[in-house]
Amino acid sequence: MALIAFYLIAAVTLVSALMVIMARNPVHSVLWLILAFFSSAGLLVLIGAEFLAMLLVVVYVGAVAVLFLFVVMMLDVDFVALRQGTLRYWPFAMLVGVIFAAEIVLASVMGVKSRPEAFNAAPGASTNAEAIGQVMYTDYILLFQLAGIILLVAMIGAIVLTLRHHPAVKRQNIARQTSRRRGDAYELKDPKPGQGI
Amino acid sequence: MELGLSHYLAVSAALFTIGVVGIFVNRKNIIVILMAIELILLSVNLNLVAFSVFNGSIVGQVFAMLVLTVAAAEAAVGLAILVVYFRNRGDISVENVDLMKG
Repeated sequence: MALIAFYLIAAVTLVSALMVIMARNPVHSVLWLILAFFSSAGLLVLIGAEFLAMLLVVVYVGAVAVLFLFVVMMLDVDFVALRQGTLRYWPFAMLVGVIFAAEIVLASVMGVKSRPEAFNAAPGASTNAEAIGQVMYTDYILLFQLAGIILLVAMIGAIVLTLRHHPAVKRQNIARQTSRRRGDAYELKDPKPGQGI
Repeated sequence: MELGLSHYLAVSAALFTIGVVGIFVNRKNIIVILMAIELILLSVNLNLVAFSVFNGSIVGQVFAMLVLTVAAAEAAVGLAILVVYFRNRGDISVENVDLMKG
């Protein structure tokens, strides 16, 4: 039963991954990418790794794919012209792909001698999330915080890269504003009666 | 036949290969190249989780989460670079990226 579900979900994953690189329209590519992430989350649920599966859905479908969609739709690119001449790269790409697949198959056939069939997604705990939480905040706290720093650096990097100061936009200069004194703002005149300034 | 580790390794290998082929095929479109990189990272994650679950050790899943973090950060920075590149050039072709004349 689990095997049938596995084959179904794996087929969906691989077909949608293929469509990601073959679709003519990048918006369709992003939508296929979402399907690929979603179905591989299903693959993870099948072996009991629920926490990672939900994380995959939240992070990839919720954040990364939306980011891709946003950028694809924001850039005003002539996508038909982009596809011109794609055909001539296929032979080379297939050659590289076959070599990669052969290497991976060779490595996994030679490397994996014992193949454990039983799976246990929550060793030493009742649920998968509990098992992850037991080690992530204790043994691997430094790695966890390093992940946070990576995200912070990526956030700052993305902001620095895309921030643009437009010369026409007037901005508030707080230092200038607070260092303003009464004498800078106005001056007292003493107009004589009937004369004006 | 039971659902085993080798099933997951096969799917992961196929996903990785599709990602690599995607990088070579889409020589003109950086967005699809970034998506292919995401596919490769996804296959790596699948491998890590499969090994973790079938060997009964939770560490692999913690590591898969870190890979997920790096993938998200990479997508954000990559797309930011793409936006800047598009602003400077007006298209996103990778075939003649010789702005720096390197």
